[in-house]
Amino acid sequence: MEPNIVEPDKPATHSGLSPSVPLSNHPLHLSPEYKSTILRSPTRPLMLVPDQMKNLRMPVFGDSCLGALDNDLTKNARKNGEPIGERIKIAGRVLDASGRPLPNVLVEIWQANAAGRYIHKAEIHDAPLDPNFLGAGRLLTDAEGRYSFYTIKPGAYPWGNHYNAWRPNHIHFSVIGPHLDQRLITQMYFPGDPLFAYDPIFQSVPKHARELLIAKFSMDWTEPEFALAYEFNIVLNGRNQTPFE
Amino acid sequence: MTTLPITPSQTVGPFFAYGLTAHQYGYDFNSLVEGELVNPIVHSAELIYVSGQILDGNGQPVSDAMIECWQADGQGQYNTQPIAYPTDQSSFIGFGRLGTGTTRTNQFTFTTIKPGATAPDSAPHINVILFLRGSLRTLYTRLYFADEPEANEQDALLRSVEPERRTTLIATKSKDGHYQFNIRLQGSDETVFFDL
Ligand SMILES: [Fe+3]
Repeated sequence: MEPNIVEPDKPATHSGLSPSVPLSNHPLHLSPEYKSTILRSPTRPLMLVPDQMKNLRMPVFGDSCLGALDNDLTKNARKNGEPIGERIKIAGRVLDASGRPLPNVLVEIWQANAAGRYIHKAEIHDAPLDPNFLGAGRLLTDAEGRYSFYTIKPGAYPWGNHYNAWRPNHIHFSVIGPHLDQRLITQMYFPGDPLFAYDPIFQSVPKHARELLIAKFSMDWTEPEFALAYEFNIVLNGRNQTPFE
Repeated sequence: MTTLPITPSQTVGPFFAYGLTAHQYGYDFNSLVEGELVNPIVHSAELIYVSGQILDGNGQPVSDAMIECWQADGQGQYNTQPIAYPTDQSSFIGFGRLGTGTTRTNQFTFTTIKPGATAPDSAPHINVILFLRGSLRTLYTRLYFADEPEANEQDALLRSVEPERRTTLIATKSKDGHYQFNIRLQGSDETVFFDL
């Protein structure tokens, strides 16, 4: 499977940047439609730092960190039965921008249950908890940068950003790449979600890059009589010029 | 050489705790790392405590941030050994992670040792990585120590910061072994964040 490659439809302008500035795929820090950014995003320009700092090696994690069911969210929190909802597989690769697979990368995920309810104590959405579903998992990528989770498809949930605000179905991903500038937290979405157009968090991503957050349905990886599969590849910052040691 | 498009960043959101910092919040899931960057028994004589708050544009403490620290050991060497779980056997981890939602004041407190200098033109410092609801991207900064004035004077990165903003990167010493490092997301003393 090749990673998603998206042709920018047209060079969208990041407000405040001249067209000669290379287009970033990341959201701007301030994205006022997502109201919490207004008091929580830096207002001063970020400080440029030497490459040597970006290249600082990050910690690595050993296999002893992983429990046998850490990558199977359909099993890792069972109390008295199976979690409710649609069982799915999420798989893909973690790569650098040059297309090199990144092995041994810690990938952590968390999500709402099938009803759109997080187990988090501060969550107030009036949807049922599932006694057999926690919604958290982790793994290390293999030698080819591959990963694979089983989980339950998360439901949409309301939030307080604006009137009738609903988050599209999504799974949160945290990725610790090999270098300091490859520390990424993102969200994976599902194809064709009608809420994309109304979600300021999804919309905070520059238009040309939004596709990159949408997993692709994969018939090849779908398991007969068991689970639909989605492919989601993750490409981390940097490393175009730097030779891999 | 192919260049792949980078995966865009998204907010950590308010509900990360049961996945990323489960143990300290009392969820039924283990945590690979916590607020102790060293084994406190092995390093009991040299322990330091780094505390602080994340403050928003109104000066209010943020209750749903996650802060990570990554630092060198006392000799200025980063840990290249794989972090194990449980971590008891390992005396120096160098990496820690805390959420700010476990204390009434939304303070974090890391237990660690003072890092050694990693280069002749570098003062002892801790790399700080910050995520929070309302932040769409990884925020990077550095923590230096107020009781290292000569080393700080020579630090190449600190010297490149406008003088009036340097103090935002320097943890103050409240008492022996205790440092305070508040991160201000906005305002006249907004913390310097790095473009990585
Ligand atoms: Fe969410």
